[in-house]
Amino acid sequence: MTDLLPPAAIMIVGALLLPLIPSRARPWAALALPVASAAHLLALPMGHAMQLSLFGYDLQPVRVDGLSLVFGTIFHIAAILAGIYALHVRSATQHVAGMIYAGAAIGAVFAGDLLTLFVYWELTAISSVFLIWARGTERANRAGMRYLIVQIGSGVALLAGSILHLSDSGSLAFGSMSPSSPGTWLIFLAFGIKCAFPLLHNWLQDAYPEATVTGTVFLSAFTTKLAIYAMARGFPGTEILIPLGVVMAAFPIFYAAIEDDLRRVLAYSLNNQLGFMLIGVGIGTPLALNGTAAHAFCHILYKSLLFMSMGAVLHRTGTIKGSQLGGLYKSMPWTTLFCIVGSLSIAGFPLFSGFISKSMIVTATTEAQLLLPFLALLFATAGAFHHIDIKVPFFAFFAKDAGIRCKEAPWNMLLAMAIAAFLCVAVALPPGTNMLYAMLPHAPVDYAAYTPTHVWTQLQILLFSALAFSVLLRSGIYPLPLRSTNLDTDWLYRRLAPSIVRRALARGASVQSELGAAGARRLEALRAGVHRRYGPEGVFARTWATGSAVLWVVLLLAVILALYYF
Amino acid sequence: MGRSAAEKKRWLDDPRHVTWIYRGVWILCGLSVLADRSYDKHGHYPFEEWLGFHGWYGFLCCVLLALTAGLLRRLVRRDEDYYD
Repeated sequence: MTDLLPPAAIMIVGALLLPLIPSRARPWAALALPVASAAHLLALPMGHAMQLSLFGYDLQPVRVDGLSLVFGTIFHIAAILAGIYALHVRSATQHVAGMIYAGAAIGAVFAGDLLTLFVYWELTAISSVFLIWARGTERANRAGMRYLIVQIGSGVALLAGSILHLSDSGSLAFGSMSPSSPGTWLIFLAFGIKCAFPLLHNWLQDAYPEATVTGTVFLSAFTTKLAIYAMARGFPGTEILIPLGVVMAAFPIFYAAIEDDLRRVLAYSLNNQLGFMLIGVGIGTPLALNGTAAHAFCHILYKSLLFMSMGAVLHRTGTIKGSQLGGLYKSMPWTTLFCIVGSLSIAGFPLFSGFISKSMIVTATTEAQLLLPFLALLFATAGAFHHIDIKVPFFAFFAKDAGIRCKEAPWNMLLAMAIAAFLCVAVALPPGTNMLYAMLPHAPVDYAAYTPTHVWTQLQILLFSALAFSVLLRSGIYPLPLRSTNLDTDWLYRRLAPSIVRRALARGASVQSELGAAGARRLEALRAGVHRRYGPEGVFARTWATGSAVLWVVLLLAVILALYYF
Repeated sequence: MGRSAAEKKRWLDDPRHVTWIYRGVWILCGLSVLADRSYDKHGHYPFEEWLGFHGWYGFLCCVLLALTAGLLRRLVRRDEDYYD
């Protein structure tokens, strides 16, 4: 019986029923959904698939295999953590949107065909935008609309690509492809938009920091990692992903370094982490793909944890600007501790989750003899630690005491952060003793993470990165958070394109008014002419003699006759 | 949690302690370089086996990043309400 129920069903159908539940019980009911859904997933056997024939096309709405199971598992964990974190929220919109969004992402990773994938793909876009709009500010409304346009655009590209792919190959099955035909290129682009490819990335930094405190925690987990899953499923070993991933791993750090909004710093950092994963997909070896899946898993845990800690700061202080915060460790010691655990995990400190998964991808680059990507990843490791992982906790909780005194985060936020922090440490156990590494798609995972070389070199790079932070800070060279808006590619569609359109419209309006004036002059001239000829005094108004009229008619007939004759 | 002027002074409020931490980071970095000699370092590329390679490479990256980010800021920084 449970086999007939798709993994997404409990969460999506359940979420739609949430408004019927009294508001006090609603957050708990919302939390029960991913728990029930996780139990259902555990009951599904590996290799389980559901087949369906629709209009003569073979569809596979459910496919449970190694890759989908890793992402399906972490999506459930993320939904449970976000559910706990949101227990204090009364708004039905946020609970419904959050759980439909998580359910749709879960449905998408278990989709075996492109049509099912498309349906869930669009559902993640439509449901998640409400987490941004729920903030209720004009700024969030506009950011949400921009986000929705980009996300729907990705869905349209996916649909168009799938249709072209169907006419090329005759199949809608979602398996390994290569970007070689217009159809597969469109699918690649659709995934790339949600992966936040370079120059297509800015929807992420634009929208995520504008969502609600709890909404950003949901958002950070699903959309981009669904895209990484889709890329790993559809385009493993596609070499162009390596340079794209390198740019993504390195470039966002420059922006993170000068950004004031700490949740936006984390959004840039998310982009940087996606770069690591895309490099893994691009290399496409079993080690690289395992590394990507493991890194996505760890990443969701520590990124949720970091967004939760910054959300708690925003919730308690009302601001998340690095330039206005500082010294919060005095008021929020637990949040500080959990944030530091998140930072050490994302940095890949030994004994914290990122250490193993990140070094799997870095090792995969060396095994594939990719020197430049290897150096770029070391650069990204050092730079991200310096400009993101130290920066976020330092300017929020330490730095100069901004004098803000507030309460510690609510209990449910602390509980969600504590569980996430615990998991960040738990998945850092050596592969072999670690559940995560037992479930990776390419088994068995034979990777020795805790060798002296790995441990010491990683410690060294991070310690020197911390040293650079301290030296630059003390010498005044460090770019401190300043109140600002930093122009990124969103400038193109928020400023440049609207100004071009406005100018074109203004030009159009002036042309129209000129045309209008000229037209009015001509109309007047025409009217005067008609009046002159047909008016009471006009030439056509005169009475003609019968004889001359007959003469004219005969003449006209003669002309017609002559024309016919020739 | 104290919220008045009589709030108790924390360990980190003393600038001398911050200096201790700063020196501690230097010492840890020094130790991590010395540790390079204490084990058999297996680098994939020969340069990885240079003494303290990961340390000074990481340090240089961070400094370059900070300087470049400073230049980037001059280029892209606008008022907080630029888009409003």
